[in-house]
Amino acid sequence: MSTLPDSLLVEIENVDFAYGKRAILKGISLTVPRGKVVAIMGGSGCGKTTLLRLIGGQLIASKGTVRVNDQDVASLDREGMYQMRRKMGMLFQFGALFTDMNVFDNIAFQLREHTDLPEDMIRDLVLMKLNAVGLRGTAKLFPSELSGGMARRVALARAAVLDPTLIMYDEPFAGLDPISLAVVGQTIRKLNDALGATSIVVTHDVVESLQIVDYLYFISDGKIVGQGTPDEIRASTEPYVKQFVHAEMDGPVPFHYPAKDYAVDLNLSTSTSLKKSVS
Amino acid sequence: MITQNLGKAIRNLGARGIETIWRGGAMARFFWLVLTQSGMSFRRIGLSIREIYFSGVMSLVIIMVSGLFIGMVLGLQGFETLQKYGAEETMGVLVALSLVRELGPVVTALLFASRAGSAITAEIGLMKATEQLKAMDMMAVDPIARVVAPRFWAGVVSMPLLAALFSSMGIFGGYIVGTVLVGIDSGVFWSNMQAAVDFRYDVMSGIVKSIVFGIAISVIATFEGFDAEPTAEGVSRATTRTVVTSALTVLALDLMLTGFMLRSL
Repeated sequence: MSTLPDSLLVEIENVDFAYGKRAILKGISLTVPRGKVVAIMGGSGCGKTTLLRLIGGQLIASKGTVRVNDQDVASLDREGMYQMRRKMGMLFQFGALFTDMNVFDNIAFQLREHTDLPEDMIRDLVLMKLNAVGLRGTAKLFPSELSGGMARRVALARAAVLDPTLIMYDEPFAGLDPISLAVVGQTIRKLNDALGATSIVVTHDVVESLQIVDYLYFISDGKIVGQGTPDEIRASTEPYVKQFVHAEMDGPVPFHYPAKDYAVDLNLSTSTSLKKSVS
Repeated sequence: MITQNLGKAIRNLGARGIETIWRGGAMARFFWLVLTQSGMSFRRIGLSIREIYFSGVMSLVIIMVSGLFIGMVLGLQGFETLQKYGAEETMGVLVALSLVRELGPVVTALLFASRAGSAITAEIGLMKATEQLKAMDMMAVDPIARVVAPRFWAGVVSMPLLAALFSSMGIFGGYIVGTVLVGIDSGVFWSNMQAAVDFRYDVMSGIVKSIVFGIAISVIATFEGFDAEPTAEGVSRATTRTVVTSALTVLALDLMLTGFMLRSL
């Protein structure tokens, strides 16, 4: 297993988090080095998005520390939190574009809220960001007029508009056709390298991630169950990682949701032969 | 069995009571938060004016048409009763007093809650359901200051103006019925009204009521939207709650305010 370089932007140490009594994260620790694209992978509902919310300070861990840029997120007051978030960009799962504004105004939103730039400079910046995702022609369209893939790219441009040091992507590949998927994947990589930013991609798309990221973490049941560079992951023999990467139906993640014995459920409790044949 | 059912019923009643009080408390805290985060609504007045357009200007047609019809109906009903006592010339007074003191603010508030309040709830609720509010918060822009407060103040400003328009249209409706249909002299109609309607007691009480109703409806509508469960069903339930809660609150507040304001009490 390779070791990560020392300069870390995000450090998560021994973090627990629960929604009510439902424990989501159980003593999780991971680090994200500066300048890298790191993927956090795992099945649906394993706590990936929760992890992003903890980094962004929208949720606070019940145990452990989350540090971003050497600041403990939990110790920040509202003003400090907003200062930190100005250096972050986040792409939400379905884009979360403001539906009452056109594409241009969506991207200009943060520039207008946080800066006193003159309108013609805002225009140039917005068009540059839109050009970077290949959608300069959509500036006057409303989000409802965009396809899913286009909306995702606009949201990507919006997340990067203030040249953030950390960009977080929540399921950027969900529900995209293969072309849009490749475009979004490549844009994430290019944007990261061009801005000198650090990116965290939360996803369950193995194939695309292995092509664009520098390092991967696998989460299952609130814990890290595997990690490594794409090459290490491809060669991994760790059962969960292997099942995930090769999309095997059964393994540590069982095909069947826990239930009582099938034969008992069918009122055939004496039929051992049936029991054998279905298991 | 009976005691069990009774116990369950009492428990349900208690749970609903606690839930109602809890929501009331949450709404009061939300109201305070909106007030403390209102700076942006005044600094960037364009944000609030845009919302006044959506809540106020877009409600003009329903408010004015309803006002006209209610004024005409008041005129007809009033004439029917007043002529029995030979007092049909005071019809203007009847129409103006009932509108300015009571019907203007109350009916406008009910219409405003269903037209603009429900729209505000649905809009904020859908923004929540599609993660737009969370996205805004992640962009270091407070959704309460940017989204909620301008809508709140727009409602507070729009309500008294709409109520005034409602009453004016109603009085005009009464005038049409009185002079054109019934044949009361227009000079008598206006001068009787002028003599009987007191600005401080009648008009001001109507204005105060409409401002209070505006605050109540705006808080309820924005709170329900902000608090909505982020699903299609949750937003639809929140919208319904806005209309029902606003209507009941307006009527209860009206009773209280009328009690305070009546001179004879």
